[in-house]
Amino acid sequence: MESLQGLSRETWHFYKKTLILVSRGSRIYYAWCFSLLAIIIVGFIFYWKQHEMGLIETNMTDQVSWGLYIANFTYLVGMAAAAVLLVIPSYIYQFKPIKEIVVLGELFAASCMVMAILFVMVDLGRLDRVWHMLPFIGSMNFPASLLAWDVLALNGYLFLNLFIPIYLLVKSYYGKKPNWKFILPFILLSIPWAVGIHTVTAFLYNGLAARPFWNASILAPRFLASAFCSGPAIIIIIFQIIRRVSAIKIEDGALFKVAELIAYAMFLNLFLLGAEIFKEYYSGTVHMASFKYLFEGLHHHNELVPWIWAAMTMNVTAFILFLVPSTRKRLSTLNLGCLLVIVGVWIEKGPGFVIPGFVPDPLGEIHEYVPNLVELMVSFGIWALGLLIFTLLMKVAIPIETGEFTHTDYERGVITKKSLDYTASLYKIKK
Amino acid sequence: MSNKDYTRREFIRKFSVTALAGLSLPVLSSCSKEEVEDFLQKHFREMTEEEKKQVIAKLEQRYFEQYGRKFQISTQEALPETLWGYGLELSRCIGCRKCVYACANENNTSRYTRQLHWIRVLRLKRGNLINLEDSEHYYAPETVPEKGFVYLPVQCQQCQNPPCVKVCPIHATWQEPDGIVAVDYNWCIGCRYCIAACPYKGRVFNWAEPNIPKDQVNPNVHYLGNRPRMKCAVEKCTFCIQRVRQGRYPACVEACPTGSRKFGNLLDPKSEIRYIIERKRVFRLREELNTESKFYYFFES
Repeated sequence: MESLQGLSRETWHFYKKTLILVSRGSRIYYAWCFSLLAIIIVGFIFYWKQHEMGLIETNMTDQVSWGLYIANFTYLVGMAAAAVLLVIPSYIYQFKPIKEIVVLGELFAASCMVMAILFVMVDLGRLDRVWHMLPFIGSMNFPASLLAWDVLALNGYLFLNLFIPIYLLVKSYYGKKPNWKFILPFILLSIPWAVGIHTVTAFLYNGLAARPFWNASILAPRFLASAFCSGPAIIIIIFQIIRRVSAIKIEDGALFKVAELIAYAMFLNLFLLGAEIFKEYYSGTVHMASFKYLFEGLHHHNELVPWIWAAMTMNVTAFILFLVPSTRKRLSTLNLGCLLVIVGVWIEKGPGFVIPGFVPDPLGEIHEYVPNLVELMVSFGIWALGLLIFTLLMKVAIPIETGEFTHTDYERGVITKKSLDYTASLYKIKK
Repeated sequence: MSNKDYTRREFIRKFSVTALAGLSLPVLSSCSKEEVEDFLQKHFREMTEEEKKQVIAKLEQRYFEQYGRKFQISTQEALPETLWGYGLELSRCIGCRKCVYACANENNTSRYTRQLHWIRVLRLKRGNLINLEDSEHYYAPETVPEKGFVYLPVQCQQCQNPPCVKVCPIHATWQEPDGIVAVDYNWCIGCRYCIAACPYKGRVFNWAEPNIPKDQVNPNVHYLGNRPRMKCAVEKCTFCIQRVRQGRYPACVEACPTGSRKFGNLLDPKSEIRYIIERKRVFRLREELNTESKFYYFFES
């Protein structure tokens, strides 16, 4: 009990110090943060209009009742789940290069989780009643509703992915060894939990018998496979940015290892998609309509067709790039592959997954949906907010990992404005 | 130079904190007692009789201000020994949509930007009833019926095993003892999961603040039925809960000029709906989904 109190006191002191740390930085840091802030404000203004007028401000209808928001939500849950890819090898197998960066991966997952939850919030018609969803206070329909499951799973995952890295960082900041007996159960729990959030999100769609496009048991495995492509791909890119703008060392070997994992995941993703396409097209029942709408167009409605074929091309190209060792181990082709995966999977399991579930609708009506400006701006705002949160988290986590930001320095009064400027100049030289 | 930089940052920091505090003040103070009450209103099924009375009085006052009419808001409970069932004779339906508009008038659905309907009539080419992909929802000929077509009206089928109730994350929708699936419009958070789950498109959403011209509003309402709704809440057919619990037929049954629509108590062996189920050839839409709908389509013997 006493140690817990000590822990919270240490964390509070640490928190105050981090506030000072994040409010100072280079010109580029300020420019980056304020441009993100500008996008967030614009997004918020558009959201406020939607909040006042109702969801009529979006292009969603009774036919296509979920759109860009829920598409982004689905994608981001996958991104967050991908942190497990870094946790498993680093903690269980003590794989050296990955271990240094696992904390950053978990903070990335936390940022994704914030975005995912926000995308659900902006999709709600009545934000004022969101408290009805709270366990014990509201009237949560648990365990019958998968959405109730999702509320618990997502918030639990957010907690784990903030708690674990913050605990490790605080310990490291005070120059103490983490109490592994205490934190390891949480780390172990976060692994099945990551699989859990994405499975629950898949089941959310999967359980709807009214929507044959989603009502396929292959859905949860497909979700996991595609998440293990897009999540690690964006992490590879982020780690390269981090090692460029900071003193933290991330070895190429770690990046290549992650890329290899993406190759396996992408193979699985394409295989599962192939299995689904075979079943639908060979049996050729009326349930094929949504697939037809997606891949070739239905009754001259073919808005998603170019998108899904672009996504297929990107995914296959990336798979080849990551499979061949020479292209995997060259940074230029590695990064190209990552970009292709990030965009390809976003199309495939964002709009390419959500919209065809509604087209045609259960009574056979075909209504095409394109997001409008409000939906785009609100989405950009949320993405910018996620990036800003991740940037600020990195601003604290990186100096701790490199040992630049520690408790002892502050105690001795070594870090003054001068030394901060010195650190800033170090970053500039490195660039 | 660096000193100047520092003060600018300081200024921005102080300014943003002040702005945040300033912004939140009017939001807090602008909340009237009534708004706070609305915000904290309980789930209908958890209210005491006294609380129900208060809410009804508040709503009646509000509707009076908005529509200039005295509303009667009923909270009448289900009649004992009742399970409502519906029959629709497809061989008689001529696709005139009289039911659609009778329903809108009775149930105070939004009239424009977005016009909402609880009943949808599908036009199908003769020779097909099950595959709805070729159905036409917006047919508009000079006269009906048209040669070579049949009509299939669809509304909430009041499933005994309703997927919408199962998926609702907050119990905002449930099945009443008489089998009607009801919505507490004041509890719905507008997530639209029920719309995704319904195989009959039985639910519609108030995408904007609903509107009903003052002279067209129906002031005889039920709390769980046709009282005017609000933006971003879901709504659906309730078999005219405000009528059937008082022994009247639903508006669509009364409006049908061909007598295709039948209604009655499934638990009463002498009811018309039981007569139809026992003697006609009935089927239910999407029976394979095991929704156990209480909406029986039938053909003359």
